[in-house]
Amino acid sequence: MLDQSSLNTVAPEIILLVMACVVAMVDLGVKTRLRGLSYGLTMATFAVVAYLSASLAADKQTVYAFGSMVVSDAMGNWLKCFASIAMMVCLVYGRPYAADRDMLRGGEMFTLSMFTLLGIFVMISGSNFLVIYLGLELLTLCSYALVALRRDNEVATEAAMKYFVLGAMASGFLLYGLSMLYGATGSLDIGTVFKIVNSGQVKHQVLVFGLVFIVAGLAFKLGAAPFHMWVPDVYQGAPTAVTLIIGSAPELAAFAISIRLLVEGLLPLAIDWQQMLMILAIGSLLIGNLAAIAQTNLKRMLAYSTIAQMGFVLLGLLAGVVKGGAAGDTTLAANAYSSAMFYIVTYVLTTLASFGIILLLAREGFESEEISDLAGLNQRSPLYAGVMAICMFSLAGVPPLVGFYAKLSVLQALVASGQVMYIALAVYAVMMSLIGSFYYLRVVKVMYFDAPITATTVSAPADVRVVLAINGALVLILGILPGGLLSLCKDAILKTLST
Amino acid sequence: MGLLSLAIWTPIAFGAVLLALGRDDQARMVRWLALIGSVVSLLVTIPLYTRFDAASSAMQFVEKGPWIERFNVNYHLGIDGIAVWFVLLTAFITLVVVISAWEVITERVNQYMGAFLILSGLMIGVFCALDGILFYTFFEATLIPMYLIIGIWGGPRKIYAAFKFFLYTLLGSLLMLVALIYLYTTSGGSFDILAWHKLPLPLPAQALVFFSFFAAFAVKVPMWPVHTWLPDVHVEAPTGGSAVLAAIMLKLGAYGFLRFSMPIAPDAAHEYAWLMIALSLIAVIYVGLVAMVQQDMKKLVAYSSVAHMGFVTLGFFIFNDLGVSGGLVQMIAHGFVSGAMFLCIGVLYDRVHSRDIASYGGVVNTMPNFTAFALLFSMANCGLPATAGFVGEWMVILGAVKANFWLGLAAATALIFGAAYTLWMFKRVYLGPVANEDVRQLTDINAREFLMLGLLAVAVLYMGVYPKPVTDLMNPSVSDFLKHVGTSKI
Repeated sequence: MLDQSSLNTVAPEIILLVMACVVAMVDLGVKTRLRGLSYGLTMATFAVVAYLSASLAADKQTVYAFGSMVVSDAMGNWLKCFASIAMMVCLVYGRPYAADRDMLRGGEMFTLSMFTLLGIFVMISGSNFLVIYLGLELLTLCSYALVALRRDNEVATEAAMKYFVLGAMASGFLLYGLSMLYGATGSLDIGTVFKIVNSGQVKHQVLVFGLVFIVAGLAFKLGAAPFHMWVPDVYQGAPTAVTLIIGSAPELAAFAISIRLLVEGLLPLAIDWQQMLMILAIGSLLIGNLAAIAQTNLKRMLAYSTIAQMGFVLLGLLAGVVKGGAAGDTTLAANAYSSAMFYIVTYVLTTLASFGIILLLAREGFESEEISDLAGLNQRSPLYAGVMAICMFSLAGVPPLVGFYAKLSVLQALVASGQVMYIALAVYAVMMSLIGSFYYLRVVKVMYFDAPITATTVSAPADVRVVLAINGALVLILGILPGGLLSLCKDAILKTLST
Repeated sequence: MGLLSLAIWTPIAFGAVLLALGRDDQARMVRWLALIGSVVSLLVTIPLYTRFDAASSAMQFVEKGPWIERFNVNYHLGIDGIAVWFVLLTAFITLVVVISAWEVITERVNQYMGAFLILSGLMIGVFCALDGILFYTFFEATLIPMYLIIGIWGGPRKIYAAFKFFLYTLLGSLLMLVALIYLYTTSGGSFDILAWHKLPLPLPAQALVFFSFFAAFAVKVPMWPVHTWLPDVHVEAPTGGSAVLAAIMLKLGAYGFLRFSMPIAPDAAHEYAWLMIALSLIAVIYVGLVAMVQQDMKKLVAYSSVAHMGFVTLGFFIFNDLGVSGGLVQMIAHGFVSGAMFLCIGVLYDRVHSRDIASYGGVVNTMPNFTAFALLFSMANCGLPATAGFVGEWMVILGAVKANFWLGLAAATALIFGAAYTLWMFKRVYLGPVANEDVRQLTDINAREFLMLGLLAVAVLYMGVYPKPVTDLMNPSVSDFLKHVGTSKI
């Protein structure tokens, strides 16, 4: 089983694991305030695995390894590549913030983020229920620890506690659902489960019973209503640098396991899980958008905005199969799933920049997490105000920013299904995003129309400035030229579906 | 790079440079750069007129290349005899607006000038786009600079106005987006507007498409009863913002009717023409009456804009040659006249800082040169013969009489209201004895203001006396358009 090609397939994971241990050791000898050496090693590792994943993705070959425990396909490898880059960006933005708050007393932040990424990688590669579950647990355990990294901070500790209790429950849901499926099909392997379910020999009721728990677990991880309760509290309570980590790369992993479990494993049950996703999407769009209006805390508002944006991702996921149509209609399916993938990738890109701005404005002893803290940012720093405005308009879905094309592709997938119900959903989503645009606009209003409270100029280390400018520019450039990323997502999904 | 791309991207490039480089301590440099940018942007549109083939109704200067291959979206540009005028108008008004802001705007000059230049490029893009998504991108993107212009440099209730503007127009356009995607699906995966023109659709589908587009364009025009955002926004927007809004942005909506609603859903357009005509007449007559009782000059001109745009939609939906050409001429004329009216109010506002009619009286005594311009533009707003305002309204009324006598009669009464509110305002603001100390201390317009109003005055008179070049160029396109909408698609 331990053949060379299997090892090659999981090379990025191995590198991550080894380097995480190395960094933990090396850090014992590092004394500087910013922990330059640990940081450098971590970043170098992330860069290497991002490169490796990208080159594997460019290969476009789907390889199953370790007796089809893990799979390496185009979709997974691209998601891994994006997740590694997102993690790098998180650390660039978060390091000065963490140093100011004594979160870099030890190098745990770096080690934990490496293990977080490892968890993400395992989740994305998993082609077996247990492997996916292992990855998920690794990711979430690291996230709990990261949230609690400021152990003397009450809010953060409370958030960590909430996150842990609710997260454990969701993991329980997922595990329970998976064990139901295992009981019904006798296999943990996703491909085998698919075949058995597709053959129609298993009792439908048992499968649907398990499915409900799986969908609930996934909804929790994605932060979809009504399993969204933890999102605002954790986003607000966690140190912003950690909020950034848990709000970005893990979303990509949650998307990947949704595809793995629902599409690759349980596509024959699509009619059932579509209805569940529909309810989740409708609820998320409604609750996310309405609750965000009432927020004065920027992190909390962005948390609700995440819930609303996940509604769109779910819409993309559920548009893939049409009732009465052939379950294997790849064009329609690829269209829908790739729209969801594009949506989540661009959402992560935008989230990185917007939390980056919050991190940038925070100083020692000042969190800058109220919306009103952004007042007059345009007068203090037109560049950062510009980046934030681009992000807000993008999240609101105004062209020519990338968020518009994400919404467009999801809406297109819904309308292309030709079902009246789905077209109605598209109109509903559009109306909800109109409501959503109000609170995004309010942030722009505060930055541009209100007078600044302080006259202090915003200063940032050069690396943060450069990365933030590139990040903001990407939201605009990918908006003007979205073709490349759209095709990339479609190709990746097509490759993944065709095996 | 084709001429149309040049016309779109030149102002945007200049705007981006201004945003990136400008500082308030270099305001002088910023202003000159903005002026150079707007002049160059106007110059690059001139060849569109000189090289235009007036005999053809086809799209000209066409550029087409793949943009988003995944959805078969193309970077597809082209103009016909109708669109060419709006490209020129946009570039021209932008130049005037840059001049108008010269020493008035002192804070964040680079952002102000940059926003207007970028806005100009985006609006030209709307008139040139022949691809549904390209059109939508430009159409929506105009909201961002305008939102910032109103919110940053606006009046006391600027925030309310900026939100109202953004959300109101977004509501309409989102429904249009669904219609665009629907057309993409039914046409078998194409966003090509010209292909949609030929797409056969049953009447119920046409009606849905028609009303989805109606939601977007009626708000933009604005038609009664979705016009209520316009007075609020005009009152709070800075002078340049009001001028661009009235002169060009409202035309985006009317242009949308011509490019989308009517050719794509001709049967629905005929079916619901009565509704459109009724709404237009209400705009012309009722909103005209509303304009008469306004105390605020900007509000008055804003309501008068709604009434004048009512003539445009009226002209379009009577489906004859005179009506449609009349509506188009009226659009261009209104671009000059309403822009000029707002700039005149801006001239007064810069000096007295009040928009109330009651704060003025006898301005003619202290500002004779300015009053001469104001008189000309007021007359044009009433539709006096030999000014631009006359030609379009006259053609629409003739077209309406041809369609139905009573319709023509109803439209003609609007001319009376138009004359009444405009002249009454003129009398109260400019004529009579000097009303107060503010007015006594007014200084007449300087060379810059003279230049800006002079440019508009020449345009208004030229179009009024000799509109033939305009109508000649648009005639083939208009008759082609009428032939197209006259053919049933069911």
